[in-house]
Amino acid sequence: MATFGVVAELKDGTARKITVEMLAEARRLADASGGDVAVVALGPLAAGEAERLASHGADRILHVEGDSLAGYSTEAYAAGVQAAVERSKPDTLFFGATSQGKDLAPRVSGRLRVGLASDCTAFELKDGELTARRPIFAGKAFGRVAWNPARPRLATIRPNTFTPLEPNTGRKAAVESIPMPAVKVRARVVGFEKSEGEMLDLTEANIIVSGGRAMQGPENFEILRKLCAVLGATLGASRAAVDAGWIDHSHQVGQTGKVVNPTVYFAIGISGAIQHLAGMSSSRTIVAINKDKDAPIFKIASYGIVGDLYQVVPLLTEEFRKALKE
Amino acid sequence: MNILVFVKQVPDTETRIQLQNGAVDTSSVKWVANPYDEFAIEEALRIKEKLGQGKVTVVSLGPDRVKEAIKYALSLGADEGVHVKGDGLALADPLAVATVLAAAAKKAGFDLILTGKQGVDHDWSQAGIILAELLDLPHVSVVVHLEVDAASKQGKAKREVEGGDELVEFSLPAVITAQKGLNEPRYASLKGIMAVKKKVIPEWTLADLGVDPASVSESAASIRFVEFSLPPPRQAGKILEGDPKDTVPELVRILHREAKVL
Repeated sequence: MATFGVVAELKDGTARKITVEMLAEARRLADASGGDVAVVALGPLAAGEAERLASHGADRILHVEGDSLAGYSTEAYAAGVQAAVERSKPDTLFFGATSQGKDLAPRVSGRLRVGLASDCTAFELKDGELTARRPIFAGKAFGRVAWNPARPRLATIRPNTFTPLEPNTGRKAAVESIPMPAVKVRARVVGFEKSEGEMLDLTEANIIVSGGRAMQGPENFEILRKLCAVLGATLGASRAAVDAGWIDHSHQVGQTGKVVNPTVYFAIGISGAIQHLAGMSSSRTIVAINKDKDAPIFKIASYGIVGDLYQVVPLLTEEFRKALKE
Repeated sequence: MNILVFVKQVPDTETRIQLQNGAVDTSSVKWVANPYDEFAIEEALRIKEKLGQGKVTVVSLGPDRVKEAIKYALSLGADEGVHVKGDGLALADPLAVATVLAAAAKKAGFDLILTGKQGVDHDWSQAGIILAELLDLPHVSVVVHLEVDAASKQGKAKREVEGGDELVEFSLPAVITAQKGLNEPRYASLKGIMAVKKKVIPEWTLADLGVDPASVSESAASIRFVEFSLPPPRQAGKILEGDPKDTVPELVRILHREAKVL
């Protein structure tokens, strides 16, 4: 029986949203092929978490426990995943295309000498052959990839791609405890510096408000921050604004920044260079605000206002404040 | 300190991607050094300058055109460049690429390896990390700040993660993958450009590296592209013109009441 494995991403013992998103897709593939779904959980699990993972589609939980898994380190986690793979021999193993998954999965690929498809957005199972679709050139094109016969097939899955299953509390999962092997950790996380504000990360955000060259300077981003506060949005920026030094690069959307897929993307004072469009054109709804009615951004915008952002955005903030209060 | 920097040559980010005969059409592509690798080159140069000693060697894998990326790195101040010829190699397979890079690293010798966090072509974000695993080295990926101490062979890095930066301590030798924000890359100086002309760029083949070509060939690839496609074109939507006092309430009405996305 083919096993679809999901490496859980845990925070304080609780699975993050990407984990249940991956479980939904693993469940679909397992049901289509008569397989089962195993979660690889590394380190402590919160009380009731195994049950919650089961309710979201897991048949088995491979729980690797050991002191070295208390916090994330690539080397310990790779060893933990390897131990789980040796025990349960999954055919396929999913990781989140998150900071952690993108750091861990290649290490596992090198260790097991098996292929890894990164940042997948769709899977297709045809006559037992699995292929994955993934954006390339930051979304300017897509590639469909296939693995060689080595197993497991590894993939990282982009967040916000699959919808979690409705929890079914009738579903139970057996928990297998797997001992953690001894491991030499030569790179360890010793601290965390939180970035400014309380905003969600761009890659996880449902709403993004981005500013471009027309912001003219760092002080004017305050106008966008106010709109973000009203909408609960995350602040983004174009490369022009980042390279000008107006805002930190962690806000950059585009080919040398973040590739995002929110429900709504506001492009404010952004003309729409190809490398920017690559990073945001898979957003469900795109709203453009630009003085220049011929700006390329309007060619891909779902909605737009031709106008001066310094007039439009404060009005927009006020109108949304009223509308969302109702 | 010997610092190795792996540089990939990729299409410029302003390139419009088109398909021809089912593959990405590269006939009119302007090739450049991968933007994330530029941060790696710059960081290597800064470490050497700060230490006041050492050597920066730039290695690029691929067809003859990648020599341009090597020359670019040399013009910035890298001491040596090596072209690893990729004939018959599955260049789209990160595992195959990392296998060859690992062999090249062993041949060149190193105390620290730097490369970009991803190539902006296939966006795998894998080769640097797999390389670390194959060489049995620690790695830190997506690095925005780096300090290395040559004497104690220890390093500190900040890596960008969701909502902030992780602080990581590691031992040397190690592999570091660079994220934008690590530094501000310099421009080539005229002196640097002139100096390139005198430099000889050795070519290493798979045989020179002791890599069995069959093990890294297309037919052995751990992963391969079977199809390419372009995203469906987006339809232009509703663009409002006129007095913001009219257009703004209308836009909010559409988004809130009609499309119900906010």
